[in-house]
Amino acid sequence: MFYIYCPHCEEHREEEEFHAAGEAHIPRPLDPENCSDKEWGEYMFFRTNPRGIHHELWVHSVGCRKFFNMTRDTQNYEILEVYKIGEKPSITSAAAKLPAQSKVQEGV
Amino acid sequence: MAQQNRLIEGGRIARDSQINFSYNGKTYPGFVGDTLASAMLANGIDVVGRSFKYSRPRGIVAAGAEEPNAIMQLGATEATQVPNVRATQQELFAGLVCQATNGWPNVEFDMMASLGTVGASVMPPGFYYKTFMYPKSMWNTYEKFIRKAAGLGRSPLEADPDRYDHYNQHADVVIVGAGPAGLSAALEAGRSGARVIIADEQAEFGGALLHSKQSVNGMPAMDWVASVVAELAELDNVMMLPKSTVNGYHDHNFLTIHQRCTDHIADRAEKNQSRQRMHRVRTKWVVLASGAHERPLVFGNNDVPGCMLADAVSTYINRYAVVPGKKLVLMTTNDGGYQAAFDWHEAGREVVAILDTRSYQGTDTSAVIDRARELGIKVLTGSAVVEVQGAKRVSAVSIASLNSQGDQLAGPVSQLSCDTVASSGGWSPAIHLSCHTGSRPVWSDQVIGFIPGETVQKQLIAGAIGGTFDLQSCLAQGTRAGAEAANNAGFTVDATASGATAESVAETAPMALFHIPHPKETSRAPKQFVDFQNDVTAAGIELATREGFESIEHVKRYTALGFGTDQGKLGNINGMAIAAKSMQKTIPQTGTTIFRPNYTPVTFGAIAGRNCGELFDPKRFSAMHQWHLDHGALFEDVGNWKRPWYFPQPGESMQQSLERECLAVRDSAGVLDASTLGKIDIQGPDAREFLGRVYTNAWAKLAVGKCRYGLMCGEDGMVFDDGVTACLADNHFVMTTTTGGAARVLEWLEIYQQTEWPELEVYFNSVTDHWSTITVTGPNARKILDQVVDDIDLSNDAFKYMDWKAATVMGVPARIFRISFTGELSYEINVQANYGMRIWEAVMDKGAAYNLTPYGTETMHILRAEKGFIIAGQDTDGSVHPYDLGMGWAVSQKKPFSFIGKRGMAREDCVKEGRKQLVGLITADPKKVIPEGSQAVDDPKQSIPMTMLGHVTSSYYSACLGHSIAMAYIRNGHNRMGETVFYPQADGSAIEATICSPIFLDPKGERQNV
Repeated sequence: MFYIYCPHCEEHREEEEFHAAGEAHIPRPLDPENCSDKEWGEYMFFRTNPRGIHHELWVHSVGCRKFFNMTRDTQNYEILEVYKIGEKPSITSAAAKLPAQSKVQEGV
Repeated sequence: MAQQNRLIEGGRIARDSQINFSYNGKTYPGFVGDTLASAMLANGIDVVGRSFKYSRPRGIVAAGAEEPNAIMQLGATEATQVPNVRATQQELFAGLVCQATNGWPNVEFDMMASLGTVGASVMPPGFYYKTFMYPKSMWNTYEKFIRKAAGLGRSPLEADPDRYDHYNQHADVVIVGAGPAGLSAALEAGRSGARVIIADEQAEFGGALLHSKQSVNGMPAMDWVASVVAELAELDNVMMLPKSTVNGYHDHNFLTIHQRCTDHIADRAEKNQSRQRMHRVRTKWVVLASGAHERPLVFGNNDVPGCMLADAVSTYINRYAVVPGKKLVLMTTNDGGYQAAFDWHEAGREVVAILDTRSYQGTDTSAVIDRARELGIKVLTGSAVVEVQGAKRVSAVSIASLNSQGDQLAGPVSQLSCDTVASSGGWSPAIHLSCHTGSRPVWSDQVIGFIPGETVQKQLIAGAIGGTFDLQSCLAQGTRAGAEAANNAGFTVDATASGATAESVAETAPMALFHIPHPKETSRAPKQFVDFQNDVTAAGIELATREGFESIEHVKRYTALGFGTDQGKLGNINGMAIAAKSMQKTIPQTGTTIFRPNYTPVTFGAIAGRNCGELFDPKRFSAMHQWHLDHGALFEDVGNWKRPWYFPQPGESMQQSLERECLAVRDSAGVLDASTLGKIDIQGPDAREFLGRVYTNAWAKLAVGKCRYGLMCGEDGMVFDDGVTACLADNHFVMTTTTGGAARVLEWLEIYQQTEWPELEVYFNSVTDHWSTITVTGPNARKILDQVVDDIDLSNDAFKYMDWKAATVMGVPARIFRISFTGELSYEINVQANYGMRIWEAVMDKGAAYNLTPYGTETMHILRAEKGFIIAGQDTDGSVHPYDLGMGWAVSQKKPFSFIGKRGMAREDCVKEGRKQLVGLITADPKKVIPEGSQAVDDPKQSIPMTMLGHVTSSYYSACLGHSIAMAYIRNGHNRMGETVFYPQADGSAIEATICSPIFLDPKGERQNV
């Protein structure tokens, strides 16, 4: 179960308070009428489903009810950042630079 | 009765507290401080179960969580039955009642044993898959007997009378395991002021020290443990959890700890006391000090009762003062194993021989060999037990010398007489929790085991889990890990403090040996068990690799290695080693399977906690619920709501009730509690614009005081909700949604406002619970309203259909909506929920003169179906757009903004000919009601598979119309009015029906406009 920092409430809360709402940064086309069926289909149905860095839309559904974005590593579930709607992620798979992770401790 | 294997002194048992327990119907004595297993061994109980597949007698092997055989059915009453309890982890209490889980009819005489011995060769791995697959229809029959014979424990047939609960906690440092490393860590972290939780599955803290004869800080190890526990108890910031297993290590340092609060006291908990508790802990740092499990060696007939782990033998002798036999043969690959023989010897029983599998050059020796010889114990180096003799107890062993690699015998086989065989193949670190985090374990040749790999969590390890088995190192690592964890969590640690110390002992390197060779090849040798719980043998694993199962995950699934309730704690590494050798690979090349939560089985009670019974799922009631109860309503679940389904009168059948309720509405008046409909309050200067974007129809010109029905679609153009929205003011609307869709619609509105159109200033609030809604409907509705409404003109001219008005009802402020879901003259009275009951009762009182009849959801469904009104979710399924529903009138293609759904419903597939369309049906036989879900065909005599045209979504008998009615999808249905279709039924018959408009009653809508 995740431990999620809500950028609106500005505190960590349990995952139980949140809902995942799919991939982030999929804007509704501004001119739907001029989209081809293929373009509209891609907007509606196609998602990247990456292994590794993923930008997701979440909502603090039983908290402040606000949506926000999250950059999460789908391999180890680490939440790398959260940011508000309209903001850009600072961590992207193109940059591929992860923040310092907890180091391996073998035998301490 | 004598406890023949109990020593007259020693152990950590309370000798002044003798208690009795019952096993398989016989009463035995034991002591407080015993486990069930130690008490059974004290009483000389050799056979504790029968094996899963071959039904071989099995005895206690281990002393902890890794025990595969002593799996008991616990419980003195039916309600307190607990299946699959490990006797080694169950503390003894007075009056404990248990039964062996396996064995039918009983463990001493087992029907299945004949199959196990005589037919052994007929049950290779995959036996069940290969044998019982065909014919498929017989599996249920086979399974019943297989399960009965195998005996997997049973669930209680009565409700659990005990209470369980959950604790949600936050911590700075959680320490898993209270052995030397864990205790050292707890001390260090605790002293820093960090919030520390230290949990251990055993009854007492101490871990391996509980049966150790070593010293710490110059005092007996358990004296040191007592001093640490005393200090920790003084620290308010430290929570000590004995009898508590950290069973799961989840994302973001979330741990689930299963605490057994009263399982050691009695068959059930005291009143008002929790039997078990699940701690759900979020922690900044974790120190895993979970120790290691000893590995047995694999040899012929190694499952005969009397074969045990070396360290388990030491545990029973030192901790419980129980010597589980008279004549011991010990086989070991390492120095540590010798301790069992020393303890046995000290207990005054005979050690026949120590077989050290390691070859020593010339006159080489080691400290443990010297000590054994000083004690007069025979040590045979480079030797091993190849086979055990005996049925229900070891009677002798066959031994032989080994080559230095341990892969071949190097000498003739000879016999030794004994009744106990202890073996130690070294230690497997208990890396289970580390694996839960997704971290792949790594093989260490030095440890001869898997140790935790790179971690993604904020986690440290200390002690045997990392392959450190020396006491001094464990203490030092614990101290360091505790300090580092506290430090990392933001606490200051006294850097000058040093941890506890113990004497370091020089050891001879252990030998990597898992499977003892036999004079015969493995497939012909006596069975060499790897996984006791699932009867997986070395031969079975070799067969699996020969049959081409090369991945260890496939070997596991094919042989069932590690599938039991013990999750392969004892056998996994041996199994992998055998598979690796058989494929001529190394263990790291073969890889390992991954452990998943839970570490040991957890009761459903602990998982559920208080979330059971009434608290399992919240129920929602309207303010008038008590009235419905008092008037005999039956209820239907709609989401979490309890809605009246119908109100039967004495002696009425359901159908009779529905007909009475329907006719009352059509003839005079009915009343419905509509409070559960979702209500969303929408405010803001851009509210109107926003509605225009989310609904398919136009909202720009809806005047204040007016209501409008709207359809809501997804971006794909498919209908997902509908409802009436009223304009309260130019910047204020109230939207109604379906009862079940309220939460989803609210989130839908929010996501568009927040992520797509943040420039629109509009705010949404759920007000479902704030209002009670009383729907009065029928030709006499106005007459009833007249008597309860204080201040407004209800005439058709002053208060038109699809208007709403603020009014005062019996002195209470109200909103009245003149909207209709029945097709009759209708008013929906909305009052603050607190007044709901009062106004409902007043309406009922005044309505009595007009036979005002309460009705429920079922009558509501019939009444709306007579009018062809859809119910989103019943008549829609996410694949129909408004035009399919014949509701193109509710779609405004002229709106400037491309509303949600507009582009979707214009897709090629959505505008093509021949889509399934909603129509009405009238059956040829007016009494025949077509079952909902029935599929239409043109020709019921066509061959199967028939060409299906669409299904029935709603179907009722209409008392008002005197015939059955249905709503259904028919391919191209809007163009097939008047045609006949058939609905084949399971009994071979076919119901004939004619396609018609779904508006069966009052197609012009005159009744609602009067």
